Amino acid sequence: MFSLSRNDRLLMLGFTAVVLLAPLWLQPFGAGYPDLLQKFAIFGLFAIGYNILFGLTGYLSFGHAAFLGVGSYTAVWSFKLLSLNVIPAVILATLLAGLFAVVIGFLSLRRSGIYFAILTLAFAQMSYKLAYSVLTPITNGETGLRVLRDDPRIIDNMLGTAHDGSPIGSLFGIGMQGYPAFYFSAVMLILGFYLSVLIFRSPFGLKLRAIKSNQSRMQYTGYNTRPYLLWAFVISGMYAGMAGSLLAVTDPLAGAERMQWTASGEVVLMTILGGTGTLLGPIIGAALIKYSENIFSAFNESALHEAFSFLPGFIENFLVTIVHPFVGEGWHLTLGALFMIIVIFLPGGLMDGLSRIARRWRARKHGSDEADSSQVED
Amino acid sequence: MSDDFNKKRRNFLKSTAALGVAGMAPTVFVRNAWAQDFVNNPGKAAAITLGFNVPQTGPYADEGADELRAFKLAVKHLNGEGDGGMLNTMKPMALQGNGILGKKVNYVTGDTQTKSDAARASAKRMIEKDGALMISGGSSSGVAVAVQSLCHEAGVMFMAGLTHSNDTTGKDKRKYGFRHFFNAYMSGQSLAPVLGERYGTDRKAYHLTADYTWGWTQEESIKNATEGLGWQTVETVRTPLGAGDFSQYITPVLDSGADVLILNHYGKDMVNSLTQAVQFGLRDKQVNGKDFQIVVPLFSRLMAQGAGENIKGILGSTNWNWALQDAASQAFVKSFGQEYGFPPSQAAHTCYVQTLLYANAVETAGTFYPCEVISALEDFQFDGLGNGPTLYRGADHQCFKPVLVVEGNDNPSNQFDLLKVVKQVPTEQVMYDPSIFGGELGSCK
Repeated sequence: MFSLSRNDRLLMLGFTAVVLLAPLWLQPFGAGYPDLLQKFAIFGLFAIGYNILFGLTGYLSFGHAAFLGVGSYTAVWSFKLLSLNVIPAVILATLLAGLFAVVIGFLSLRRSGIYFAILTLAFAQMSYKLAYSVLTPITNGETGLRVLRDDPRIIDNMLGTAHDGSPIGSLFGIGMQGYPAFYFSAVMLILGFYLSVLIFRSPFGLKLRAIKSNQSRMQYTGYNTRPYLLWAFVISGMYAGMAGSLLAVTDPLAGAERMQWTASGEVVLMTILGGTGTLLGPIIGAALIKYSENIFSAFNESALHEAFSFLPGFIENFLVTIVHPFVGEGWHLTLGALFMIIVIFLPGGLMDGLSRIARRWRARKHGSDEADSSQVED
Repeated sequence: MSDDFNKKRRNFLKSTAALGVAGMAPTVFVRNAWAQDFVNNPGKAAAITLGFNVPQTGPYADEGADELRAFKLAVKHLNGEGDGGMLNTMKPMALQGNGILGKKVNYVTGDTQTKSDAARASAKRMIEKDGALMISGGSSSGVAVAVQSLCHEAGVMFMAGLTHSNDTTGKDKRKYGFRHFFNAYMSGQSLAPVLGERYGTDRKAYHLTADYTWGWTQEESIKNATEGLGWQTVETVRTPLGAGDFSQYITPVLDSGADVLILNHYGKDMVNSLTQAVQFGLRDKQVNGKDFQIVVPLFSRLMAQGAGENIKGILGSTNWNWALQDAASQAFVKSFGQEYGFPPSQAAHTCYVQTLLYANAVETAGTFYPCEVISALEDFQFDGLGNGPTLYRGADHQCFKPVLVVEGNDNPSNQFDLLKVVKQVPTEQVMYDPSIFGGELGSCK
């Protein structure tokens, strides 16, 4: 099952190159710095996982941030108790998030449609509230859980690898900060992407798609759909847990706000913005949202004045007045507008736009007869 | 901007040319290139960048907006524009009004959203992308502590803005972090004697506390100080940050037999909980034969503005007030007022002062190298920044200066005259041994 078609091999190769070279080609966009690159990779992974549930089965979960949070907390606790090495942290976080997903999925998947969405939202808000107040001894509440110098770190102390420097995650001695941390996340993203290509192409993926297109019909053919749904839910939960652990790897701190409903909504936005059910869409969506959050929100008034300073004074002031509400603290407005435009004109997300362009281009090249037969794009 | 940008791009292309397609191995070189001298060394550049990381959204957004105004004003004064503000009153002072070490000061801003995650992401952006030499800001101790440790690990100076938790310079203190603002312990020590005078020594207190590092340490400090007077603590209840509605927490207060309500809240939380407590008629009640009282240990004018009539006669402590009559405070109020049309808050004051103190330390040290700047700030004694003589204690990077006990004004003469100073508590009364909070500064890299 691990062999890919020629097209998919090309896709993997291209994807790997694009991700590994991101520091170079993103530089002209002002996004080629480690922290944002890390965010691209991590939230890309989160969105890929989410897409396995939402994109393939059509089950809209509004609570996936809970798994992100569980992954983060587990990773930080692994740093505190076991070792600063990131490998146990990532593995434990993925497993625990999976376990958590089994429980929530088992309960939530008894319903579908809006009821399923509300159930997952309720579970996620419950986890958030628990982390925020009741579970303060485990999560350190609003202050957030941090790795401290005097934590036990049993394995490190046993192996004698404990060091007195700043407590940051490490991969067998390579400090997980800056570019090394990005490359670690990038490798995880590529592996996660590879796995999602396999799932998309497998009979399992086909069954999930069948559930999306008509669940009753599938049941009538003799399939019990619930185990497949639960697997999809658990796999996407594990992706989220791994993304959460990577957040803690690149920055050893976990806060309850990672589980808030807005964080769950964000991954839905990412997936829809990029293109639900497509392989690359969610990653593009994740990158776009993180980009606007970091770059648009940083434009303050003086930066705008500087940007328009080549224009005559009154035009400069006019433009600054017009643009100002859309950047800085108003960056959500830009995102909202962008989201509306895409949903109205490109219901299939950005990938829909790309495939339309590709189709038109092909049609011009080969004549119009091929225009609507090219449905391979995903 | 674009020139600078292109240069950065070219430098980057050069330094990562070796990266190629090989993957992870070359990253080791990038890291080593980074560790040379110090992070974001401006070298021969004509300008430097400071990062102002404030809450633009969330329950402390009002403070954040005022902090940002103060930062902009400080940058203006450092660059020799405007009337110079407290550059004229500070002593000893090495600054010349031509930027810092002759380099023009630029700044970048970011939104902490009052969340540790977002604050660290935005601080990282400032350090990694914008090349900030110093990060300042805050308005939530949770955020300040999180960003302070990030800055320490990155090797960049952090000049805390508004943060009142004991932990910031206590158990979570860091070599690269400095705080001018006072802390919860000092609030307790300055407020308790006044509370004893006004309300007697036989009182029963009920605490509502914001559930994070600041609330915890403030509750502890006020509890210790009032219990030292002879007060009893009936109950301490934790409330989530940004709860909005506090009615469910206020209803049980009257049944508890307490006759004082202590609100360990700040920002919009304070406005909401105080307003609701007054609306529920707590202040008109008599309990144990005494008038029921409400105390707000950390007070600010911005909160008083939000709470309106409800703050009249309520006691609290504050770091600085615009009505102070010393020359430095007046100079700052004047130039802030000319710029924005209203007086500055204590959050604005502390952020402005921190920026000046950093700039002055760099000028004194003669270099931007953080270890030298840190030495220049440690045990630095100064005056003329609005609080009287002040010491930046080297042992924990905490400032020591007189603390103000204030009361909500009964008859304000204008819309900003909301707090009147009851007492200026001298420094000796709020001093403490740095070892009581534990923690260690760590070393300079």
